[in-house]
Amino acid sequence: MTPYVIRRLLTGLLILVLLSMFTFLLFNALPADPAALTCGKSCSPQTIAANRVRLGLDLPLWQQYWEFVKGFFLGRTYGSGTATFTCPAPALGYSFRKGECVTQLIVSVLPVTIYLAVGAFILWIIPGVLLGIYSALRRDRWQERVVMGTALIGYSFPSFFIGLLLLFFIVIKWQLLPYPDYTPPQSDPVQFLQTMILPWITLALLFAAFYIRLTRNQMLETLGEDYIRTARAKGLPEKVVIGKHGLRAGLTPIVTAAGLDLAGLLGGAIIVESVFTLPGLGRLALQSVLEADLPIITGTVLVAGFFIVVANIIVDLLYAVIDPRVRLS
Amino acid sequence: MTDAYVRVDDLRVAFPTEDGTVRAVDGVTFSVDRGQTLAIVGESGSGKSVTSQALMGLVNARNAQVSGHAWVGDNELISASDDQLRKLRGSVMSMIFQDPFASLHPFYRIGDQLGEAVRVHNKLSKDEARKRVIDMLERVGIPNPERRVDDYPHQLSGGMRQRVMIAMALINGPALLIADEPTTALDVTVQAQIMELLAELQKQYNTAIILITHDLGVVADVADEVAVMYAGRLVERGSLEDIFYSPQMPYTVGLLSSVPRLDAVTERLTPIAGQPPSLINLPPGCVFEPRCNAAHLVGGDRCQTERPELLTITPTHSVRCHLEMAQREQFATESLAAALGVPGDES
Repeated sequence: MTPYVIRRLLTGLLILVLLSMFTFLLFNALPADPAALTCGKSCSPQTIAANRVRLGLDLPLWQQYWEFVKGFFLGRTYGSGTATFTCPAPALGYSFRKGECVTQLIVSVLPVTIYLAVGAFILWIIPGVLLGIYSALRRDRWQERVVMGTALIGYSFPSFFIGLLLLFFIVIKWQLLPYPDYTPPQSDPVQFLQTMILPWITLALLFAAFYIRLTRNQMLETLGEDYIRTARAKGLPEKVVIGKHGLRAGLTPIVTAAGLDLAGLLGGAIIVESVFTLPGLGRLALQSVLEADLPIITGTVLVAGFFIVVANIIVDLLYAVIDPRVRLS
Repeated sequence: MTDAYVRVDDLRVAFPTEDGTVRAVDGVTFSVDRGQTLAIVGESGSGKSVTSQALMGLVNARNAQVSGHAWVGDNELISASDDQLRKLRGSVMSMIFQDPFASLHPFYRIGDQLGEAVRVHNKLSKDEARKRVIDMLERVGIPNPERRVDDYPHQLSGGMRQRVMIAMALINGPALLIADEPTTALDVTVQAQIMELLAELQKQYNTAIILITHDLGVVADVADEVAVMYAGRLVERGSLEDIFYSPQMPYTVGLLSSVPRLDAVTERLTPIAGQPPSLINLPPGCVFEPRCNAAHLVGGDRCQTERPELLTITPTHSVRCHLEMAQREQFATESLAAALGVPGDES
């Protein structure tokens, strides 16, 4: 087991390094000149040239990447003489538009995204899996058709549509909730919940629909396996057959899907954050793309990638815990 | 009805579908005593597996209509409730399956899977159950059972897994063991070992065995009685000698002729022409008539219009066929001789 964990961690690390190189290269290959974007329309060529040097954009590409990596571990100071500014480690760059270090920007918006993702995850995974199992057990009966039909409807609507629909009816028309205005939970828990509940429901509806279908299909497949028949032939009660033998095998792929979906959301739920004006990672990423703020784009992509890689490792390790064939081979 | 330990009387299993009712098992009657082995023989789709699953209560009651009677000892199976059947499964009657690779749960240690079978029917602590599991693993010939008990199924070979399945089936000393093609998925060398093991354990536990197979070689080795099934019904039933030395039904003759034999002179096998009928639209007469080489010997169109009854021809032997006794025997002798390619019989 231990060699497997070490191997998996090393691969994860390698992927992160490759991801950082790739993102770095990609954005340097873009036609936009990062130096020209540092000071808006009224920029003189001299300022641009000066900024180019201050940001280290005049160096060869490999050296720029090297500075970037060094900055990540040691912190980075831009410019020279009196006009310097320092981003402490782990530095992901400096945004001239915002006048802030990218890391600090991301750290300030990350909690919003984490609250959004984790809350929605809890709201979708529990009903999704339970309803999936339920409809597998009620196969070909009206209960299954109702659940699966509803899930299909939920799955067919795009999230911005569900979000706007909820916003329109619940906030504007019926005025059951105040207009979303994000406040951290520590300063006003009630307003926090009032703001988050609709985004949570929006994401949960979308994902729950997917997880109902996934769980149902997995359970149906597992319940058709020979070892389920063996469990019945042993005389085990049906609740043990399904709840122990069926679930253990049927839920394994769901662990994978859930881990990756959660990680994807932690990288920013762009649409839902925009609809509900939540100041999270997704909105930061969207803004930076619209403003061609390259350092922030690089930073947000790296953070999103980081979550995916870490989730992959965790999922693989969980898999090894669940399935002895992975652990021992 | 005999007073045998396991008795099945007029068992019927039908699956209503959109295209019509599939009569998978159509009035099957047989019996097996403790310590005896009944082999149910037939090709795929003949209803032999459905018969066994119906006895175990493993056919889905929502999709199937099961009728008739079946007793194991004093327990009537067909009218029993789900819970009564569950209590009998694994204790009074148990089953082993064709594919030992798929029949064990890949995520649980074999010791846990066997222990579960012990503890669901007996009030034993985990430690006591484990002792019994290790003892049982030793009985089925697993080397180092104290260590192997903690293995996962994928760490065992196919033969070892089937031994584990046998251990699981016999661990509560059932009166009836149904073995559904227990050796089909195994290597030929392992097949013989498994059948030997079953025979040995049968003596120890005095178990009645219903062996479901299409392998007549296996039947010849272990069966006391043979029931031949075709299209959901029994077409011939008799002792091992009856079936192998004086087969009466042209279908049984066909099965015997299609077995590859080392002493055969002809190089080609003699298959039975055609396909089994659809179980939805069975022919009105004899179900085997469309493939039967002897049907022309029967006068008129009786084979096409009249269902033959199961005729008792000796106390141990019965057959479902319109042919006269003499015709049946002549047909069997000639067909088997032709399959063997005995010189002088070829004209």
